Amino acid sequence: MSMPFGYVSPEQVMKDRADYARKGIARGRAVLVMTYVDGILFVAENPSSALHKVSEIYDRIGFAAVGKYNEFENLRQAGVRMADLRGYSYDRTDVTGRMLANTYAQILGTIFTTESKPYEVEMTVAEVGETAAGDQLYRLTYDGSVADEQGFVVMGGNADAITARLQDNHREGLELGEGLRAAVSAMTTTDSGEPRTLTADALEVAVLDRTRPRRKFRRLTDEQTEQLLA
Amino acid sequence: MDLLADGGKLPVAFFAAGSSSFADFLASHRPDLLPGRRLDLQPGVTIDAPHGTTIVAVTHTRGVIVAGDRRATMGNVIAQRDIEKVFQADEYSAVGIAGTAGIAVELVRLFQVELEHYEKIEGTTLSLDGKANRLSLLIRNNLGMAMQGLAVVPLFAGYDLEATDASKAGRIFSYDVTGGRYEEHSFFSVGSGSVFARGALKKLYRDDFDEADAALATIHALYDAADDDSATGGPDLTRRIYPVVTSVTADGFRKFAEDEVATMTQRVVDERMTSPGGPNAPLRAGGGADR
Repeated sequence: MSMPFGYVSPEQVMKDRADYARKGIARGRAVLVMTYVDGILFVAENPSSALHKVSEIYDRIGFAAVGKYNEFENLRQAGVRMADLRGYSYDRTDVTGRMLANTYAQILGTIFTTESKPYEVEMTVAEVGETAAGDQLYRLTYDGSVADEQGFVVMGGNADAITARLQDNHREGLELGEGLRAAVSAMTTTDSGEPRTLTADALEVAVLDRTRPRRKFRRLTDEQTEQLLA
Repeated sequence: MDLLADGGKLPVAFFAAGSSSFADFLASHRPDLLPGRRLDLQPGVTIDAPHGTTIVAVTHTRGVIVAGDRRATMGNVIAQRDIEKVFQADEYSAVGIAGTAGIAVELVRLFQVELEHYEKIEGTTLSLDGKANRLSLLIRNNLGMAMQGLAVVPLFAGYDLEATDASKAGRIFSYDVTGGRYEEHSFFSVGSGSVFARGALKKLYRDDFDEADAALATIHALYDAADDDSATGGPDLTRRIYPVVTSVTADGFRKFAEDEVATMTQRVVDERMTSPGGPNAPLRAGGGADR
């Protein structure tokens, strides 16, 4: 970013970029990733059934993102290529969420400092373990920060309020239905008291289910989501 | 494997828009990992390597069965007696391979990743014809190796989710070494014992086969192939090594459990104790004893 008139401190440049990215991310609807008894649950407010915010990367690894679609879709596809390349040239068990999160962090960090505009995205890489102790959630932000989160991650618009509400209802060993209801209730409660309604067709729901063979990722249909919410 | 060699950026191939093929991605980013591109052999030189032998596929009213014997040979030596040559390609298809075992197994691995990669990038599965065509391309890329004696001949079969008639949804595709793709009807076989297996199936096949009938027919066909072809392995009852039998139906891919195959195989072997040539087909249409 060239600044011909006057000096702008690096702190100011970074702050401006961060503000820019944060604004873009906060505009979108929320995506929630949480652990439940059989693995990891993804819940996104997303009326589109074709443009996904949640998807499969590899056998045990899922991906969720908010922000600018073309930017996170680009990163998702790169992640699928990375994972498939590693699994093909080594072994399927050698593809880990940690390596993916590390690579994403470096890519986002490089873009944040060198490109003319930062990516307006926030992402979570989730890996389901053999047992609940092995479940991992990595939250990645626009500047390349990576955080190893426990229990759940909320991203996108209104994230702080949803996090505060979910804090009371999330615990280890939630059943799938309990988890989904807690997630939707946290997303629909409003400060004014009157809850919004979110029906199954406005939600994108998926799980990484450790009880499934090889590919753990599975999308829930609207009917399945409806049944679990009832 | 350091992906981020270029100052914290992934190579551009990782961000290529509009490509959903893993093989194309390898070709642009890591061509050394493609089967068949790795060796630079001299023309006219051939290599001795283990060969897989007979694969059979039979359609039935609910889908298709693909089965294979367990032998790999190298000249007159049995290289391996319990090799598996039939694999799940994806949820609704299976692939069996005859030919150079090492390259075939790698090619199948690439094909499996290719199908899954498309599914993940596009969010939808390829049509059965699309899958069959992708395999065709992978075989064609191996032509150089095939000319060196390292040919791979697959047999691909799957359940066509777009078929209008569910009883015709099980489909079989065969290939030649140049990647030529041919749709087969009812049944087919590839590999050294294929002539005998196909002869057997010609007499055994019925239009109204259910899954169990078709599975039993493949075991008979493999038995007949092993009977006359030294490179095809018969059921090894002493070591409990039986053919690999897989099924693809509307419910997806399934590999028969070992004891299921053991029961069917034992039945075939018992029948052959009294009738070594296997079941008799009626000589005149509409007459004679049924199977």
